Amino acid sequence: MRALLLIAPLLAFVLITFVMPIADMLFRSVENGIVSDILPRTSAAIKDWNSQGVDDLPHENVYRNLLVDLTIAVKRRTQTRVGSRLNYEAAGISSSFRRVGRGLRSFNTEPYSNYFIHQDENWGDTGYLEQLFSNPRISAALPSSASAFRTWQTDFSSDQIITPDDFVFVALASDLSTLANDKVSDLGIDSLRTAHADIDQLSTSSIKHMFIEFDKNWGDVNLWKTIKTFSPRYTDGYFLNAVDLKRGIDGVERRDQSERIYLVLFVRTAVMSLTITVLCILLGYPVAYLLAHLPLRKANLLLILVLLPFWTSLLVRTSAWKVLLQQEGVINDILVTIGLVDDAARLVMINNQFGTIVAMSHILLPFMILPLYSVMKTIPPSYIRAARSLGATPFTAFWRVYFPQSLPGIGAGSVLVFILAVGYYITPELVGGVKGTFISNRIAYHISSSLNWGLGAALGTLLLVAVLILYWVYDRIVGIDNVKLG
Amino acid sequence: MKFSKVLTATSSAVGLVVAGSSLFAMDLTVVSWGGAYSQSQIDAYHDPYMAKNPDVNFIYDESGAESVARLRAMKEANNLTWDLVDAVASDAIRLCDEGLAMPIDADAVLASAPDGTPASEDFGDLIINECFIPQIVYSTTFGYRTDVDEWNGRTPSTVCDVFDLKNFPGKRALEKRPINNMEWALHCDGVALSDVYDVLSSDEGVARALAKLDTIKDQVIWWSAGADTPQLLADGEIVMGSTYNGRLFNLIVEKGAPVDMLWDAQAFDLDGWIIPSGLPADRLEAVFDFVNFATDTQRLADQAKYISYGPARKSSAPLVGKHATLGVEMGPHMPTAPENSRNVLIYDYVWWADFRDDLDQRFQAWLAQ
Amino acid sequence: MFKTFPTYTSLYERIWYYGFRLFCGLVFVFLMFPILVILPLSFNAGDYFTFSPEMLRLEAEGYSLKHYRDFFFNSDWHLATYNSFRIAPMATLLAVTFGTLAAIGLSQSHVPYRKVIMAVLISPMIVPLIISAAGMYFFYSRIGLQGTYIGVVLAHAALGIPFVIITVTATLVSFDKSLTRASANLGAGPVRTFFKVQMPLILPGVISGGLFAFITSFDEVVVVLFVGSASLKTMPWEMFNGLREQISPTILAVATVLVTLSILLLTTVELLRRRSERLRGVSAA
Repeated sequence: MRALLLIAPLLAFVLITFVMPIADMLFRSVENGIVSDILPRTSAAIKDWNSQGVDDLPHENVYRNLLVDLTIAVKRRTQTRVGSRLNYEAAGISSSFRRVGRGLRSFNTEPYSNYFIHQDENWGDTGYLEQLFSNPRISAALPSSASAFRTWQTDFSSDQIITPDDFVFVALASDLSTLANDKVSDLGIDSLRTAHADIDQLSTSSIKHMFIEFDKNWGDVNLWKTIKTFSPRYTDGYFLNAVDLKRGIDGVERRDQSERIYLVLFVRTAVMSLTITVLCILLGYPVAYLLAHLPLRKANLLLILVLLPFWTSLLVRTSAWKVLLQQEGVINDILVTIGLVDDAARLVMINNQFGTIVAMSHILLPFMILPLYSVMKTIPPSYIRAARSLGATPFTAFWRVYFPQSLPGIGAGSVLVFILAVGYYITPELVGGVKGTFISNRIAYHISSSLNWGLGAALGTLLLVAVLILYWVYDRIVGIDNVKLG
Repeated sequence: MKFSKVLTATSSAVGLVVAGSSLFAMDLTVVSWGGAYSQSQIDAYHDPYMAKNPDVNFIYDESGAESVARLRAMKEANNLTWDLVDAVASDAIRLCDEGLAMPIDADAVLASAPDGTPASEDFGDLIINECFIPQIVYSTTFGYRTDVDEWNGRTPSTVCDVFDLKNFPGKRALEKRPINNMEWALHCDGVALSDVYDVLSSDEGVARALAKLDTIKDQVIWWSAGADTPQLLADGEIVMGSTYNGRLFNLIVEKGAPVDMLWDAQAFDLDGWIIPSGLPADRLEAVFDFVNFATDTQRLADQAKYISYGPARKSSAPLVGKHATLGVEMGPHMPTAPENSRNVLIYDYVWWADFRDDLDQRFQAWLAQ
Repeated sequence: MFKTFPTYTSLYERIWYYGFRLFCGLVFVFLMFPILVILPLSFNAGDYFTFSPEMLRLEAEGYSLKHYRDFFFNSDWHLATYNSFRIAPMATLLAVTFGTLAAIGLSQSHVPYRKVIMAVLISPMIVPLIISAAGMYFFYSRIGLQGTYIGVVLAHAALGIPFVIITVTATLVSFDKSLTRASANLGAGPVRTFFKVQMPLILPGVISGGLFAFITSFDEVVVVLFVGSASLKTMPWEMFNGLREQISPTILAVATVLVTLSILLLTTVELLRRRSERLRGVSAA
């Protein structure tokens, strides 16, 4: 119990500062409230639409609701956000939202307010509408117009204006045209019944027509399918995108060739990390062997050469490699000076995969040498001597007796190096160019540049799962309690 | 003040943590583009301002290229850490459309010209929307090294030589975003400069531009900061690269690098300040005070002493003279000089404000392949 | 260098012996060369990342302290240094305090869910930084910590905690429980026992854990980039920006200063490790 009391503060601390942030990221990878928050009426109206072909566009009412949603969004300056969100799924949508946001003023919606006010002057009076919508039965039967009116009241109206904006009447037209005769009669309001009777008259000033006239993209079935697919509050779209899939007409399908990038990037991350791990084994094993077999004083001295890079700032080491590998850098200068390379044909060693692999092998090598060294120190030298005296050649003695005993060290070092490598960001960013970057760089890009946080979170989640599996393997091989430092 | 900062740093190292904010009356974070351009602003605006207002301290952030993304993120996070942002025209339009930049009344906030002309008239139609406070006219163009042996004495004369790997081999630097690259690619694929935006508005046009860029893709180093190309040119890491004309002026005239400038199909653009919306009243007041100072007629003309960008005020133009230290006449180095602007790309910032998200998406996917 | 072989050693074995050592020598060069090469370059009189002809001829005009001057007199670097030194110690303090307590708790027998707790506490070390940074960015934004000093300190403390846990647990593993019992028998209360008996013995572990936590925070850039802001920029942040933009060899001067710092830290950790092993009677390794 006392033990738990000692642990509890730290556990609480780590939960808040670290575990909850990770949980938040997992949540963001499926969360998709933005479409239904900004286009609530359109999202509701489009639910029943199932396109049968390229000419089968949504009903006029969907366009009317879009006009209402967009008018409110433009006022709040949020229409570009929903455009950007949908643009992640189908490039081209953002510009449609931006332009229509600027052009909405030119839509002639006057026939809608005129239709109602000409029938009954009361429609032009805020007080009348307020009374009407305060009846819960009416609000429930006319959901779009009730919410549109309330938004207008809070965000748009002022003391001088008593007639609501046109968009409230567009919403009203949309609501009424979906209601059956008897439903309207049930409400028991004469003005509604009158308005309902001739509502088809408004189809002559079609909002749908205005949208398509303004920008033909609004007559594109695919745009509407995208809106419909991404209107629910939660989506698997980000995860599908993270593995180069998308939700097409007949369920999940692969993305177009030109849009497939993430699987390649995952594979590249894995292959390059593996290359780095193998390089670290090849370079680290002999050094660890040497250290384990030198007299202690000498070994400690040489160990400093391993530990110093380990303790040196990552950025210092990365900048060093930048200095070394540039075309006008130190290595090329040396090669040119000794005549190995022609001045005109300097080697390209940076801003590509080579640069990343070399710099990262250097940075991660101590993580291979140190566990190898600690394992090799525990292998009794008498085993080798015994093997030799029994007639084994030096190679056989090493391969059959020593090497198997050093395997746990290789395992521990490899998993450690690989785990660290797959999540690297800084070094690939600085020396990797375009071809030598990892999935981490893409995650960072989505979080800080493209602002596709959902996709960044989904990619991060996949990477996290991969690392946790490796972590579990590491725990199997070494045990987390046995991690040693320095 | 500087020394006290070092002192506190040392003392906090031994455990005495001193609250840093109490050291200054007002910290203003100003975002710009780094390198020679930021330096010219510091020389012309910030240093003189600080001399007059010692209680204001500027913190410089160089993420101008990411301003839209970062401001969106700050809004999402509800934590505004920037006070003033240097933005190009298309970014300013987007920021204004999204409510991230604050609409201002030019005549109330900005200084009138010395002769009393109100600011809105002095800047004229360079005030492209209600949020934008213009500073300079600049262009994006190419610089190339003059000592490339493989070129056998040839020098690039048109922007299409960038796409000519046979006559002009070597690495070239292009900006890591679609802006300008797409226009140049189409232009060199046979589209007239005046038609590029029409072509680019269609999917086929985008594919065509990317296909043209494909032909040089493996020879391109992609830059994201304005200081990249000048440094890469100076280091000899590239043989040619696109950047802002003022950076090239700085490299060629001030530093004397073996580099020359291409004045062909350069993209004309505007750059100015925007004030993020949602600043608390005291910071907003400080920002207004600084902006009023930094965009007055004399200050805008002063900046042209340090870098070859045209001041955005009509009243500043007659005051532009010689370079501050070199004594070079600045006029002929301006992107607006007639001999420099024979064949220019009129960069359509409104088009880019609308299409930026779409093209970024495609361009980045193309880049990652 | 040259070894006297027994007379029966074959030529092949001799070649193997020297070949092996040559290879190891090259690996050591690979490890050290990049770090050593930036030291002279930081005294470069030019503005580029290369050795000028004057430098190679060892002429005085090829060298200068201008990049160090730039570092010491530039307000951006001042701010960065100042921030680094006010973030890292606070993060270390938090990590060490919470971490040591928890490590003592974890080392007691019969801790329920010990493995799970351990896994959670170690996780900040295992999860890739970019993922931690992204998560913290999202979550700290929600709770208003993004872009604040406290936010960065908390984030860095979380990253440093695994190191404290690991090093302190390691010293506690070999801790002789009879010592605390003896102390209790002699009439000391648990608090007195902790400060007079336990603390001195685990102190080396605590300090080296603290140094790891310090260097983790001091060297950290990914989380600062996401959770921090320009007014909180640290030295690694400034270096990262500088490298991305290829500015000037001032970065190399900073790097040289940092290498000196890491040599100091490394020496401290090594001395502590040896002292701890001596104290606990483990033969120096």
